[in-house]
Amino acid sequence: MKGTELCAPAADLEEIDRIIDRYRDEKGSLIQVLLTIQAEHHWLPREVLSRVAERLSVPLTRVLHLATFATAFSRIPRGRPEVHVCTGTACHVRGAPRVLSTIEELTGIQPGETDLDLRYSLETVNCLGCCALGPVVEIDGKIHGKVSIAKTEDVLKSCE
Amino acid sequence: MNDLTMRIDGKEVGAAEGMTVLTAARGAGIEIPTLCHHDSLEPYGGCRLCLVEVTERGWSRHVVACVYPAKDGLEVRTRTERIDRIRKGILELLLARAPNSPILRELGEEYGADPDRFEGEGSFCIHCGLCVRYCAEVKKAHAVGFVDRGVRREIAFIPEIATRVCESCKECFPLCPTSYLQAAWVLVKSLATPA
Repeated sequence: MKGTELCAPAADLEEIDRIIDRYRDEKGSLIQVLLTIQAEHHWLPREVLSRVAERLSVPLTRVLHLATFATAFSRIPRGRPEVHVCTGTACHVRGAPRVLSTIEELTGIQPGETDLDLRYSLETVNCLGCCALGPVVEIDGKIHGKVSIAKTEDVLKSCE
Repeated sequence: MNDLTMRIDGKEVGAAEGMTVLTAARGAGIEIPTLCHHDSLEPYGGCRLCLVEVTERGWSRHVVACVYPAKDGLEVRTRTERIDRIRKGILELLLARAPNSPILRELGEEYGADPDRFEGEGSFCIHCGLCVRYCAEVKKAHAVGFVDRGVRREIAFIPEIATRVCESCKECFPLCPTSYLQAAWVLVKSLATPA
């Protein structure tokens, strides 16, 4: 695990326990707990999953199944901000591939990857529901529409 | 006990409330092929091989016998040309994953399945879930589970639990219709406890 310690801070189990306690007695709390941890820590380390399983009395196999099933969860450290490039049909024909390759060049990472300093995570998505604005780039929940190659760098910088 | 009456392949079969078509048929000595069914586990409906044709109020459709509840007046056919064709297709897909499994080869021969119809995927696991469900439902150990989804779905042992309980149990090994489970275990064992 040495590699991950290098760049991602170890998970604070007390903080994790606080999140678990928030949902503890609710039915179907597992997915809510994992979503909250994902939102606050940006990834789900193995020891956190073990802790969740233990505290919620849910088998670790089920926690792992869920954590690997949904793309909302990440088992590897995620950067801030998370950059989502829409490659849906409308964005694709409006030039998403060129925007994507510009972002790849600027950040040095491929879709699905995170850079070593945890400064960016890059992900392609299929549709953000605002095709008229294409090509669309979403950075930490903020939508940037009509992104041209020239504008790409500014869009990335605006979120640092 | 037998408060429901069905016709399976023209034979009158009694069944109790809560039984499935598969258990009713097997109780009457009618064989339906299955891969993911186990008497001490909850119905799963994973392999789809127990597919049968049911006719209810004049409407017929194809359902999987292992999860379809027995109903009064149900008419069931366990082998038709169409059923054989569907089972052949299922077997061909499964054979692409586990070409050397004896039970798959045997069934494949019976249904005339061509083992080379689809390109081999070489994963050797057919996702029947027998090991996962047996470990969870009978042994309550939860040492092995499914991870990921779709084409990347696979079984995974939890090393912390597996190294503690599996060595003395291994009850799921004979359940596996392929030999993938044993291979996965040998792998996790050698990774968890290097010699």
